[in-house]
Amino acid sequence: MSDISAETRPATVWQKSLRNSGVMIGGSILLLIVLVAVFAPLLAPHDPVAQDLTRRLLPPFWHDRSVPEHLLGTDHLGRDYLSRMIYGARISLGVGLGVTLVSGVIGVTLGLLAGYFGGWVDMVISFAITTRLSLPIVLVALAAVALGGASLTTLITVLGLLLWDRFAVVARAATQSLRHQEFIHGLRAIGASRARILFLEILPNMQSMILVVVTLEVANVILLEAALSFLGLGVRPPTPSWGLMISEGRDNILFDPWLIALPGSALCLLVLAVNLFGDGMRDITGPARR
Amino acid sequence: MVSFILRRLFVAFCVCVTVSAISFALMFLSGDPAIAIAGAGGRAQDAEAIRIAYGFDRPLLIQYLDWVGNALTGDFGQSIYFNIPVTEIIGNRFGVTLKLGVMSFLLALVVAVPLGVAAALRPNGWIDRAALVLAVTGQAIPSFWLGLMAIVVFGVWYGWVPISGAETWQGYILPVIVLSYYAMPAMMRITRSGMIDVLATDYIRAARAKGLPMTTVIYRHALRNAVLPLVSLAAVQLGLLLSGSIVIESVFALNGLGRLAWESLLRSDLPVVQAIILILSLLYVALTTCADILNAILDPRLRGAA
Repeated sequence: MSDISAETRPATVWQKSLRNSGVMIGGSILLLIVLVAVFAPLLAPHDPVAQDLTRRLLPPFWHDRSVPEHLLGTDHLGRDYLSRMIYGARISLGVGLGVTLVSGVIGVTLGLLAGYFGGWVDMVISFAITTRLSLPIVLVALAAVALGGASLTTLITVLGLLLWDRFAVVARAATQSLRHQEFIHGLRAIGASRARILFLEILPNMQSMILVVVTLEVANVILLEAALSFLGLGVRPPTPSWGLMISEGRDNILFDPWLIALPGSALCLLVLAVNLFGDGMRDITGPARR
Repeated sequence: MVSFILRRLFVAFCVCVTVSAISFALMFLSGDPAIAIAGAGGRAQDAEAIRIAYGFDRPLLIQYLDWVGNALTGDFGQSIYFNIPVTEIIGNRFGVTLKLGVMSFLLALVVAVPLGVAAALRPNGWIDRAALVLAVTGQAIPSFWLGLMAIVVFGVWYGWVPISGAETWQGYILPVIVLSYYAMPAMMRITRSGMIDVLATDYIRAARAKGLPMTTVIYRHALRNAVLPLVSLAAVQLGLLLSGSIVIESVFALNGLGRLAWESLLRSDLPVVQAIILILSLLYVALTTCADILNAILDPRLRGAA
């Protein structure tokens, strides 16, 4: 392992990324949406919640009746649709990342403990995973948000407390296989503490697997937030969330189907980008596929 | 074998107990349920009367045992909104969810398994690639949005199917297609990978070498072994379809269990919500437990595990 010349050294993750079309395409779209979300106040032409009842349901630019100052038209309360779309990216990304952070910390910790200690700890945690999987997730999330009071914080907490299962499963399996490796035995022999072995040695060794789960979960959460908001129990009006916009545009789908087509397409694009990026990262970082 | 089944049933029992405790605890998430029932304008003595009438003044453990005990006999209490037994309301709605879930499940199975086999026979062939594209895009499309767009296109523009409701069988066409679309990718992928593994084994090569026709080898020898992992997945998917139809039911205005749960949440009719969460969870536990046991019967190697 000592003498690796420059030619035979395996390509770095960054070099592989440049060659992987999924990572490049997904990553570019994702970056674009992140930039839009971050710079929303600069990009949005109007206040996303400002109503103008004299200019209701204006169509987007490809229609004859459209007006130049509302590129994507207005909704049923005369709010600028483009501005709402731009601010909607913030909600989707914010909830997606926030929930994944909460659920990731919970799931990875549980998975580490279950995989490392085994025995009854593993039994209890595996049981928790089984139980969590048997709960109808959309319904429990709806109920918890409805009862816990509607706010973004509640939404993120509730989803974070519910969606840790995949992290736990992956972290548990990864820890189980790492636990028996030589370097962990060595660390134990020199008296490294359990916390150090778990969080400073095992955890960094499974970061690529966790990263893949992160992308899967972010996509999952974005769709779930949209569904909850669509059902009226997620993000509350007048906050612009793409799921909520679809729900608000629903009454007008007969004559103005673009009201649901636009936010829906944005959701598809974002989730597709996250998935492409995640799949690409899995191909790059994971072991060679069969 | 018997000990495997007993162990599996014991785990299922423990999960049921925990799940029932969680559904029960939801009632208290909003704080005092008596105040929630009395409503925003309720007076203190109203809340007090409700507390006594509903038994909220008793210790929690007693309330829980009482609730579970009644639930076991099929009594989930009274609906606060309708003031009739919860069991009666749920009984009226369960059929729709069951029809929707089972039909979607069968459709997904009928499409996904042959596609998976076809993809496995020629990995990276055009069927494999097309199926992959369908699966990747499908994962990105929100189900409620796909449903709405389907209504716009096929209900409004073409007028082929009714826009909402399930008074006629045509009302089920779109929801079943949309719902099954989300169950297909996983089923297809597991059939594909199972099939690829099996086709590489020696006994398949032996069967081919014997001169058996390819179709016989695929359907008599390979598929039987390839579908083993599909059994567990199918149970999970059926469970998810039954509990996941809440969004689809509200898009297509189908009066199923999911829509009932949603409406009950909006009118704070918690006994109904609790009962539905419990029923759906138990259904899922029953399905996955059956699948595990079935798998152990089909494949003796699994009996040592779990």
